[in-house]
Amino acid sequence: MAEHRREGLVLSLAVGIVGMTFGVLADAAGLSLPQIIVMSAFLFTGASQFAAVSVIDSGGSSYAAVGSAMLLAARNALYGPVVSRFFGESRLRRGLSAHFVIDETTAMASIQDDDETAADAFWWTALWLWSFWNIGSIGGALLGSMIGDPETYGLDAAFPAAFIALLVPHLRERPGRVAALVGGGLAIAAVPISPAGVPLLVAVLGVVPGWLLGRRQGAQDVL
Amino acid sequence: MSWTSIWIMVGGAFGFKVFGVLGLGRMTESAGRSFQVITALVPAALFSALVIVQTIVMDERLVLDARVWGVGAGVVAVWRRAPFTMVVVLTMAVTALVRWQTLV
Repeated sequence: MAEHRREGLVLSLAVGIVGMTFGVLADAAGLSLPQIIVMSAFLFTGASQFAAVSVIDSGGSSYAAVGSAMLLAARNALYGPVVSRFFGESRLRRGLSAHFVIDETTAMASIQDDDETAADAFWWTALWLWSFWNIGSIGGALLGSMIGDPETYGLDAAFPAAFIALLVPHLRERPGRVAALVGGGLAIAAVPISPAGVPLLVAVLGVVPGWLLGRRQGAQDVL
Repeated sequence: MSWTSIWIMVGGAFGFKVFGVLGLGRMTESAGRSFQVITALVPAALFSALVIVQTIVMDERLVLDARVWGVGAGVVAVWRRAPFTMVVVLTMAVTALVRWQTLV
């Protein structure tokens, strides 16, 4: 199996286990199995799903649940420009493809060397991730508390670790390093003063100094 | 949770994704090269923030716990050019171990 497909599979397996956690929590928060299935299949944004369910579980209103889920879903819009060129010209096809634009699929596509491999990485990751996420959450909902706390196995750290590996290729050149540094700094600064989801939206401003730096370097190259 | 709020979330999340691909995506594709350069930097800025948020944030507060050790081990593994699977498994193992140690 090609390396990018294998990496997509490994990432998706880990996400599938996280999906079990979602199933367990959603079941405990009183969601029915059909509701859990609809969320994983059609909402298909892990962070939003967890946020909504934990708001409900802690006695919050539906409005609060929807609000925090939407704040976390908003960043997927920022991934659109990164991957949209892999979806062809048809508006319908592009619109339907958008359903699979999330952290993991964008990350796997963005670290490939050429567009063809990137599109392949995107779609294989999308296929596996969607499948395992749904199987995982249904399994979690059915098995419930039999599974135990996934944090015992360090699963909550698997996701950031995977993203470090996916971040590194973006740090090869200085503009990327500056964007990562400023984006990360802005996120940390935003955490204490904003609801979940907002720090990630603020982080996108990190591209501005990265871009300015790249432009200056480019100008120097021309001179 | 009501079905109504679930469908609102489904519609809203899909709306963001479609806006990203059809709105922002189209815009950057037709705009000049400098816009595409900016777009290429988005993963660097967002994934860096994602790693940080997932490592040191808990319930909207900054928290240092076992995850920091695990992710630290992951960083070393990435730096030593360990394969992807190894990075993920090592991080989980170290996090679980530190968590278990602090419980005992």
